Amino acid sequence: MPAFPEAARTATRDAQLRHNLRKATHTIRDKRDAVVAELDDWSRLRAAGKAIKDRTLRHLDHYLERLEESVTAAGGTVHWAADAAEANAIVTGLVRATGERDVVKVKSMATQEIELNEALAEAGITAYETDLAELIVQLSEDLPSHILVPAIHRNRAEIREIFRDRMAAWGVPAPDDLGDDPRALAEAARVHLRERFLRTRVAVSGANFAVADTGTLVVLESEGNGRMCLTLPRTLISVVGIEKVVPTWSDLEVFLQLLPRSSTGERMNPYTSTWTGVTPGDGPQEFHLVLLDNGRTDVLADTVGRQALRCIRCSACLNICPVYERAGGHAYGSVYPGPIGAILTPQLRGTGSAADAALPYASSLCGACYEVCPVAIDIPEVLVHLREEVAARPGHLGEKAAMGAAGWVFEGERRLGAAQRAVSAARSLVPRRLPGPGAAWTDTRDIPPIPEESFRSWWRREGRHGRAETDAPAPGQVRRERPEQSEQAERSERPEQSERGEDGRR
Amino acid sequence: MSTSPTRGTRPGGGSRERILARVRAALADVPAHEAPEDVAVPRAYTPAHGQGATVELLVDRLVDYRAQVHRAAPGELAERIGLALAHRRAQRVVVPADAPEEWFARTATTIVRDGGGLDVAELDGMDGVVTGCAVAIAETGTIVLDTGAAQGRRALTLIPDYHLCVVRADQIVDGVPQALPRLDPARPLTWISGPSATSDIELNRVEGVHGPRTLEVVIVE
Repeated sequence: MPAFPEAARTATRDAQLRHNLRKATHTIRDKRDAVVAELDDWSRLRAAGKAIKDRTLRHLDHYLERLEESVTAAGGTVHWAADAAEANAIVTGLVRATGERDVVKVKSMATQEIELNEALAEAGITAYETDLAELIVQLSEDLPSHILVPAIHRNRAEIREIFRDRMAAWGVPAPDDLGDDPRALAEAARVHLRERFLRTRVAVSGANFAVADTGTLVVLESEGNGRMCLTLPRTLISVVGIEKVVPTWSDLEVFLQLLPRSSTGERMNPYTSTWTGVTPGDGPQEFHLVLLDNGRTDVLADTVGRQALRCIRCSACLNICPVYERAGGHAYGSVYPGPIGAILTPQLRGTGSAADAALPYASSLCGACYEVCPVAIDIPEVLVHLREEVAARPGHLGEKAAMGAAGWVFEGERRLGAAQRAVSAARSLVPRRLPGPGAAWTDTRDIPPIPEESFRSWWRREGRHGRAETDAPAPGQVRRERPEQSEQAERSERPEQSERGEDGRR
Repeated sequence: MSTSPTRGTRPGGGSRERILARVRAALADVPAHEAPEDVAVPRAYTPAHGQGATVELLVDRLVDYRAQVHRAAPGELAERIGLALAHRRAQRVVVPADAPEEWFARTATTIVRDGGGLDVAELDGMDGVVTGCAVAIAETGTIVLDTGAAQGRRALTLIPDYHLCVVRADQIVDGVPQALPRLDPARPLTWISGPSATSDIELNRVEGVHGPRTLEVVIVE
């Protein structure tokens, strides 16, 4: 797996990929903004979600034991897997015991992380992905590129070709006259998979949440493939990371509000299934829960990085990230792409390899990912923390040099001010695209518009009027409305700006 | 066929203790006297968002999901169900064994009661399913089935392509926080918000992949 910079270099040259990604991320982002704005208590829900997860993580041993007890009491069997090999061996053993050779799967990042499908294949067991996007990825022997919409990098014409060429090898073939209308493509998938659902007797799932006090597992989905897998087979095996536990049934009131709105930008996803052990006469009569560590306890041990385990896999951070939008999910070289992947993957796997050591740098540190995170994971904080870890090692001379130069500018207040004024003065001269060697850079990126003045200079002028907290106007507007006053203010306030600025904020 | 041993992978093997020990070691910074409840959870979020009268809000949200919605007085329910099934041209629909007799007093459609004996192929051959529900959440347009009265087992509302659901006004709550206390986690629950849908192809929403492609709701007031 190439390190992020190399992989991203290839990915950003793919104009089709960038177009697909941009359209998708911006669409989901806008939908999310609209439904989040509907709830006036969003920040309080977010604070509650963060706190519930923190409570769970700080007492994870207690809640895992409680979960095991509840699931067992409800008729399920709990297995503990320290790593991927052990989890795969457990699942393989359980499937073998049923005598079946086929399993249906509902999208599960944990099983992708441990490469369960490959392990099952080695044991002569075929795993069928049933989420439409996962089906596309599986048929084309591709890798998912997004947490929520794994085939986001494929357009309809590509999907049609994949279905026409590959479906027959996996089961019911695609119709001869299959077009590329999304409705027709979805219908082909429905027909292809229905036959599979109605006769497969073993299912493998993940879970969004596992409730400790009741032993209830929860899966959120849209298509109904989850319901099919969780209802029709005789045996259900759920592979769940140990961080997915939540303490109580009523805690779901927080997460069932946070997750759908953050994820697909819906008030609620079409289907949510919950089950507690087994129910005689309804659904699977044998239920196994495999609790997976696979590096999670290493993440837990890092008091700064631990917060990454709060993640509820909503993908809001991917959709907002300017780096993800251009590089795509594959560049991250892991099941978990985007900003959350950039902190989770190096913690799960360690920063020993070049690919994992590069991930903490796959970010602009703009902080947008933190702003949208429904459980308030401070991704930039963890990125910087991991960079420290990586930079403590030999190498990384280029980054050290760049940081050194930035450090020189940031070190002196006057140097920074001068640099910012120089940039602002030259703003009209900055082209949309750079000439010469710089063109390679701007072919795949937009040069951000440079503001008329820096925040620091605006603050120096406006900060003491105490406007910043209430109706902070955009710097440009203020300047146009009161040019004289601002000039004057800038001059008179300079000597005392630093202290006043700090006080004014509080 | 792999012949790799499955040593140490049996339930109750050493990994349980190993993982729990690793968790405890990782949490060395947590003071020994700290109890889970000592980690404060601020519950200042709003129990209900008050976005409008619940029935109107539920209708609005369901329509937003492209579900078909009707409102009926109790005396009109049989008529409504009869019309819906006729409009659908349903020949045979499956219903839970305990679905009220009077729901089907005004329909020519063959009603097949499921006592748990129908297999998936038989369910696949049905033109639809008619059920009640446990709770409906107005704010999110969600109908929750808990396999209780007039709801049947889960496969019933999953395999047929058409689901007609009867919601009584007294089953409607404002938001998610009002729904959970009414639901028993020991029962398998299915939360339905509109018909089955996917947005996996260029983010175009397509109704119906595996669940029912048509959801029709009758609200009885």
